[in-house]
Amino acid sequence: MTQTDFHPHSPTRLTGAEILWATLVGEGVTEVFGYPGGAILPAYDALRKFPIRHILVRHEQGAAHMADGYARASGRVGVAIATSGPGATNLVTGIATAMMDSIPIVCITGQVSSKVLGSDAFQEIDITGITLPVTKHNFLISRAEDIAPAIRAAFQIAQSGRPGPVLVDITKDAQQASAIFDFNGAKPRPYSPHPMLHCTDHKLHQAAELIRKAERPVILAGHGILQARAGEQVRTLAERMQIPVGMTLLGLGAFPASHPLNMGMMGMHGESWVNQAIQEADLLIACGMRFDDRVIGTPATYALKAKKIHIEIDPAEINKNIPVDVALVGDLREVLEQLLPLLPGRDGSAWLRSIEESKGTAAVRDIRNLPDSGHLYAAHVMHDLWRITEGRAIVATDVGQHQMWEAQYYHHDHPRTLITSGGLGTMGFALPAGIGAKFACPEREVWVIAGDGGFQMTASELATIAQEKLKINIAVINNGYLGMVRQWQEFFYERNYQSTPLVSPDFVKLADAHGIAGAAVRTRSELADVVHRARQHDGPFLINFLVEQEDSVYPMIPAGSALHEMIRRPDQNPLIETPQDS
Amino acid sequence: MSGNTSAPRHEASAGHSGVEIAKIMLHTFVAYVEDKPGVLTRVASLFRRLNINIISLTVGRSERSGFSRMTIVADASDEAGHRIRASLYKLEDVAEVDDISGVSAVTRELALIKVAANAESRSGVFELAEVFRARIVDLAPESLMIEITGVESKIEGLIQVLNERENRVLEVCRSGKMTMRRGHHTSRVLRAMGVADIPDGIEPVDPD
Repeated sequence: MTQTDFHPHSPTRLTGAEILWATLVGEGVTEVFGYPGGAILPAYDALRKFPIRHILVRHEQGAAHMADGYARASGRVGVAIATSGPGATNLVTGIATAMMDSIPIVCITGQVSSKVLGSDAFQEIDITGITLPVTKHNFLISRAEDIAPAIRAAFQIAQSGRPGPVLVDITKDAQQASAIFDFNGAKPRPYSPHPMLHCTDHKLHQAAELIRKAERPVILAGHGILQARAGEQVRTLAERMQIPVGMTLLGLGAFPASHPLNMGMMGMHGESWVNQAIQEADLLIACGMRFDDRVIGTPATYALKAKKIHIEIDPAEINKNIPVDVALVGDLREVLEQLLPLLPGRDGSAWLRSIEESKGTAAVRDIRNLPDSGHLYAAHVMHDLWRITEGRAIVATDVGQHQMWEAQYYHHDHPRTLITSGGLGTMGFALPAGIGAKFACPEREVWVIAGDGGFQMTASELATIAQEKLKINIAVINNGYLGMVRQWQEFFYERNYQSTPLVSPDFVKLADAHGIAGAAVRTRSELADVVHRARQHDGPFLINFLVEQEDSVYPMIPAGSALHEMIRRPDQNPLIETPQDS
Repeated sequence: MSGNTSAPRHEASAGHSGVEIAKIMLHTFVAYVEDKPGVLTRVASLFRRLNINIISLTVGRSERSGFSRMTIVADASDEAGHRIRASLYKLEDVAEVDDISGVSAVTRELALIKVAANAESRSGVFELAEVFRARIVDLAPESLMIEITGVESKIEGLIQVLNERENRVLEVCRSGKMTMRRGHHTSRVLRAMGVADIPDGIEPVDPD
């Protein structure tokens, strides 16, 4: 069989390995991220017959993150493939990352032959057991005829309801055996929504009544807006009812940052006035967010004056962290489309004005007008990257201080332009996730932003970038510390910088060793030129930003404190905002 | 996972363990799950993940072909009850979940109890079995086996009385609770009828 005569819609006898790829083709897959090995070799042998591009990663964790970044950037299912044993266990961090952020990925692993299953054979591991709590579902497949139905079910499960990762473990003998492949016949049962979805007319009217009567409402905009493609509906709700919007980290981009009703990010490192508005609000309308502990401070002190409406697809999230008054359990877009006709409009100017006033001196973060002190701050880097890329790049961030600075200073106007690990907080995520995003959106400008710590966790994927000749720009925010941990040590552990100073390789030389161009930036004056060079360079480019070492992310809610008890940026910090900047 | 554990501190309905009762909140779920390998692990793992102790778990075939029926008793608050049910439904292999805590239902447990008894001490045990409507299902020179079916408190009662006698209890095997709603009502109808909130312990005794 050659690549061209393959057609998924007429039943044919194929090997299990061929069935795997044929089913993926039928599901619309064009790229998979993977790493071969013994138990998955039959599948790799059959790959040449199918129109699927395989991206060879350097570590299977990278494959899972790439599939994840691919899914976040495109909204489609990302696919990772690995062999049994260590190949499969290396996927686990990536799968857990996707699980915590509800990202649809399908992971395929090879497994030892069914004859030796359970015998501790070479590279045998119980990966379905290991991934049970970090997948939406998983399959152990030991017969060729079960492969197509399992893969098709995996795609349906990954994308439906609240999305998430699915793993399909396929024994080597199932890949080698043959069966009749019938793509249409392998179609899963029709998707049946969670039986506890609940959005009655009565509930809708209750919610509408609360919204109409509210004097100080706030919309909490979360990741679910992207998942449900409900950006327009949330915008209509905000504009028609004049309700200010606070964003979660994963919600950034779901509602334009430049929109006058967008207050900015909430939570631990959110804007003080957003948190203040939440604490003062008489109504919270939570749209596709789950009241994560990083956005509520402590449950006992959270928005005590507010009634709460929770619009959410997952019934298990209702009343989990914060008890709510009205729960509209269903697809966010469908719920809002039913809710909006009940909302005629409203004058919210008094509340908006009072939020504006509450910003005070904390409101203006702009750092454009600051004199160049010779120092380079990470905030400068984020701000200038945002300005130079006109906010249009897809940015994949890692975890830690730079992640928060990016969220504060790179303003995302467009959905799916911020790729970041929110729930699990996985260091090493940015580089592979950025690679996945580039494959999903090859025409887009992609920036990977990582700290010097996290970058080294998956820096081996530089070789993947080189091999695949990807135009990706990489910004390493290098402060010589595991910065966020150092900040906590500074604030809460009497500056005992235990195990946080970090000696790193010269990242520009490291890039060079991969045939990747690069440059170091030490002062703000050289920043713009180097960024322009990177963007214009025909190929990947790494910038090593040597930033102020002991800078901290402000404002901050210490763990266990209430939202309004934020640590403000100290006056002597050169980044102090002044009201005349805007 | 400890399926049929029955730790003494959880004897909520027994009425014998007195002061402990108020602290324990028992939730009973009936779940129809696909009869496939690994499903029990998925269900058990969910409770483990939520840090909720399973008090008893019984599984067996049901009237639906390809589906097993589970009765799960868990130590969980009312709020957790909603989340457990919602989370159970998120498992692909779970077809239906009913939370029958506080609704009108028949609950039974089966126990096999082996006690030391010889020719002299048997007759007392026979009398006890009669009183508890239990049956003697095995008789050996030095022991006999009692089969008892009933609500948990009844079984607890027999074990306690046996312990107070000179007949040593050699082995106890308990099935865990099995529960079925009364009548052919849906949960909505029952709620409308106002028959919710019948706690386990004060349920009227039914003929066996």
